Formats: sequence, structure tokens, C-alpha cells
Amino acid sequence: MAERASESVLRFEQVTVCFPDVVALKDVSFSVPAGETRIVFGAAGSGKSVMVKTALGLVKPESGHVFLFQQDITGLSEQELFPTRAKIGVLFQEGGLFDSLTIQENVEYPLLNQIKAAAAHERNGNLETRVREALRFVELEHTLEKFPSELSGGMRRRVGIARAMVTDPPLMLYDSPSAGLDPITANTIMALAVKARDTRNTTSVIVTHRYQDGHLMANFRYNPESGALEPARRGSGIHERTVFMVFGEGSLVFEGTQEELEASTDAYVSKFKGIKELR
Amino acid sequence: MLDLLKTPVLALQDFCVLCGRALRNIVRRPHYFDDIFLQMDIIGFGSLPIVILTGFFSGAVIGLQMTRALQTYGATGQIGPIVAVTLVRELGPVLSSLLIAGRNASGMASEIGSMKVTEQIDAMRALGTDPIQKLITPRVIATTVTLPMLTIIADFVGLVGGFIVAYYLLNLTAGQYWTPAYQILEWNDIAQGLLKPFVFALVISLVGCFYGIRTTGGTQGVGRATTQAVVVASVWIFILNLFITRIFVNV
Repeated sequence: MAERASESVLRFEQVTVCFPDVVALKDVSFSVPAGETRIVFGAAGSGKSVMVKTALGLVKPESGHVFLFQQDITGLSEQELFPTRAKIGVLFQEGGLFDSLTIQENVEYPLLNQIKAAAAHERNGNLETRVREALRFVELEHTLEKFPSELSGGMRRRVGIARAMVTDPPLMLYDSPSAGLDPITANTIMALAVKARDTRNTTSVIVTHRYQDGHLMANFRYNPESGALEPARRGSGIHERTVFMVFGEGSLVFEGTQEELEASTDAYVSKFKGIKELR
Repeated sequence: MLDLLKTPVLALQDFCVLCGRALRNIVRRPHYFDDIFLQMDIIGFGSLPIVILTGFFSGAVIGLQMTRALQTYGATGQIGPIVAVTLVRELGPVLSSLLIAGRNASGMASEIGSMKVTEQIDAMRALGTDPIQKLITPRVIATTVTLPMLTIIADFVGLVGGFIVAYYLLNLTAGQYWTPAYQILEWNDIAQGLLKPFVFALVISLVGCFYGIRTTGGTQGVGRATTQAVVVASVWIFILNLFITRIFVNV
């Protein structure tokens, strides 16, 4: 476990990403070891989502290197990236569900892709079982035959989580999972992120603008017996393995623990501190 | 000046890259046959009623318009060859293509554009699917297969339209209309009548998909992409029609 923890799952080395009118990421460097949770804060347009897309290879950096599972993906072509991307689960801001497919087809999509990639004839019979299992994880098993447009925003986000984790990826990227949702639904989504981390031991990178999301990830654990979240014991490793980052105008301006974030006197970083007492 | 040229040159470069990848994918795995047949159904079968209607009335109108001129020379028996040549060489391919551009280039641009602005394209890439392979190549294949077929149907229905005018207004018999109409057609006419829709199909599908995949700016962007796709595809149909016709017509 110690050996695994030292392995870097995602690493940025002096990454700069430019768009025609703007520099989206400026010389960003960080490393996410296996089993760690990263909470990424930042104002709108600070480069958080671009960082996620760069990590996936959807956006190519102008300079620097991105490493996924120890492999430099910077110069890889779209086709060469697919095997690496298959090891990552992504939840897009709006869920990114295919609106012409049913929920079942959406969730089985990554599974089918993996089967196709392995061998066309190896279609295993337990496809539906795995889809149902993933939907049960987000408590939406009854929506199999529905289309995304028939679900609420929070439900679509939950289906997005089911689709992201149906292949059991070692790395999960969440792009603003709670954005635009009411506090109750937002907490449900974040509880699923905690559950995914604790039951599947996934490394998580969570882009958010809500301090509560980071607090929840850093201080709560999923209890499989009660099926609910409960405060994590100090020393359990959860708090220690949750690292906060703050982006500002494309640069990584803060990286540290929750306590270091709380103690920061930087005016910009301080804006992301929030209420600590949450249920 | 250079800044003014930069945007169109970059767009042309992107278009060429997209064309190259879309066409290369035709021979690369995986092949999405379900999507190809679905698109054939949407583009081909879905466009059949409008293509039949347009073809029929075009043929009938050509017959009517030519009647007056031909009566002057007492050559109303030539109505069949005139309708056949006009339809097979020009009106069949161009009208069918313009209809498909209006109906399907817009559909492709709006569908793919909507997917782009709602992050479905990014999700597709993240889930290990090449959006060009999955979305664009099937549309290119489906359009290039169905548009020549639709053109053949439009040509035939147009000839029927011309025949109805010739039969009821000019009192020609079926033999007087169909025999010269059939005899006038040469391989050259058939070749350009089929080459044109094939080339136009490539233009329609690639332009529609190109504007769709580079959509930005939310729903307004989708509307803009749709309009641009139809306008650009239609303009290119007229331009390429001239060049293809020049190849086949020796002056």
C-alpha cells in the first residue's frame, strides 16, 4: 500500500495551456499520488476545468508535460490516449450524458468501448449486471429505460457518476460536481464521491467552488454498514490524504492541507475558506 | 491584413484535417455500422418524400416551360430528351443536393453542435471514442451512399412529371416520350449525373459536421453553425457544379 501510495497517478510538470485569446494555465506543476483526494478551488475562468481537460488529454498543453499513471501523455495522439483514458472516470459539469441514449445505454457505453477495445467477440453477459450495479450505487436503478432529459439535474449528475465509475477506474475526475445544484442535492453528489473513494479506493480530483465539498471529502467517511457518511477519525488517513489546491488566473496559487488553507493569509486564497461546521 | 486572413486560413486548415481524418476512418476500425444505417435511414429514407416531390414538379415544370418554345418549331416530340438531359445532367443532382444540404447539413451541424456545447463530445473522447469515427464518418458514408440513390429517384420521378405534361397537354404517346428520352442519354450524362451527387454528398456531410464540431457559444452558437453549414454547403454545390460540368462538357 505504501509503495502504491508513492506512485503518482497524475502529474503536471510546468504545464502551460494557451487559447487564442488567453493563457488558461500558466506553468502549473503538481503531483497526485495514488489514493489521494485533491480539492481544486478557483474563481470562474481560473483554469480549473481546463486543468481537468488537460489531465484527460482533451486539451494539449503549449509547453510542459502531463503524466497519467507514470506515462507522459503530452505527445500522444487521440487513438494512443484511449487506453489511458479508459483508466479514468470523469464527471463533467453538466453530466455530459448522451441525450439520444437511454440511461442504461449511457452507463454501459464505457463498458462496451472497453469490450470493443479488448476483442469484438468478447461481449460478456454480465454487462447489464454491471450497469445495474453502477446505477444502484447512485440509487437510480429504476431509471434504466429513461432518457437523460426525463431526469432532474441532480439525477443526471448521479447517472454521470455511475457512468464514470462503471469500469471501476483507479482515478476519478469531477468537474464541478455540485455546481448549479441545491445544497441537499449537492451534498448527495458529494456523498457519492466520498462513497466512491472509500469503497473503491479511487484517487479523486474534485474541481469545485464550494468549500463545503472539500470539507466533506477531508473529514467524512462512508460507513458501509449504515450506508451513510460519518465523521472520520483523525489518523484514519482520510484527512491527511486530502490536499487542497487553489487556482487563480491560470496559476496554482495554493497547495496544502485544510489547516494550511485555513491559516493562509493570502487575500485570494482566503476567499475559498468557509464554514467548518457541517453535517 | 494578415490578421484578417488568419481566421479563414486556420478554418481551412481545420477543415482539411477533419476531411483527412473522416475519410481515413472509413478504412479504420472500429466501424459503427449501426450509426451508418441509422444515418442512411435519416438522410436517405427521411429525405425521400421531399426529393420525390421536388423531382416530380421540376420535371413537370421543365416540360411545361419547354412546350411553348418547342411548339414554335413544331418539335414537341423532343420534350422527352429535353427533360431527360436537363434532369439527369443538372437539375436532378443539384436540386437533390440543395435539398439535402438544407435538410441534413443543418441537421448534422445542429446535432453535433448541441453535443459539443453540452460537453457530450468531450465525454465521448474521455470515454475512449473518437467523435470523428463515431459521428462524422458514418454521416459521410451515409450521405455519399444515399444522395446518388436519391438523385436517381429524383431523375426518374422528374421524367414521370415531364411525361404527364407531355401526355395530357401535348397528347404524346408513352413511346413518343420515353423512347427518345432514353435514347438521348449517353454514358457521359449518366457519369456526371452520378459523380455530381457523390461529390456534393461529401461536401454536404463534411461541411455540416465541420460547423457542428467547431460550435462554440451555447445555443446561439448552434444556430449560427446551422445557418453557416447550409449556406456554405449550398455555395460550394454551385461552385463545384460548374467545375464538374466543365470536365464533362467540351466546348
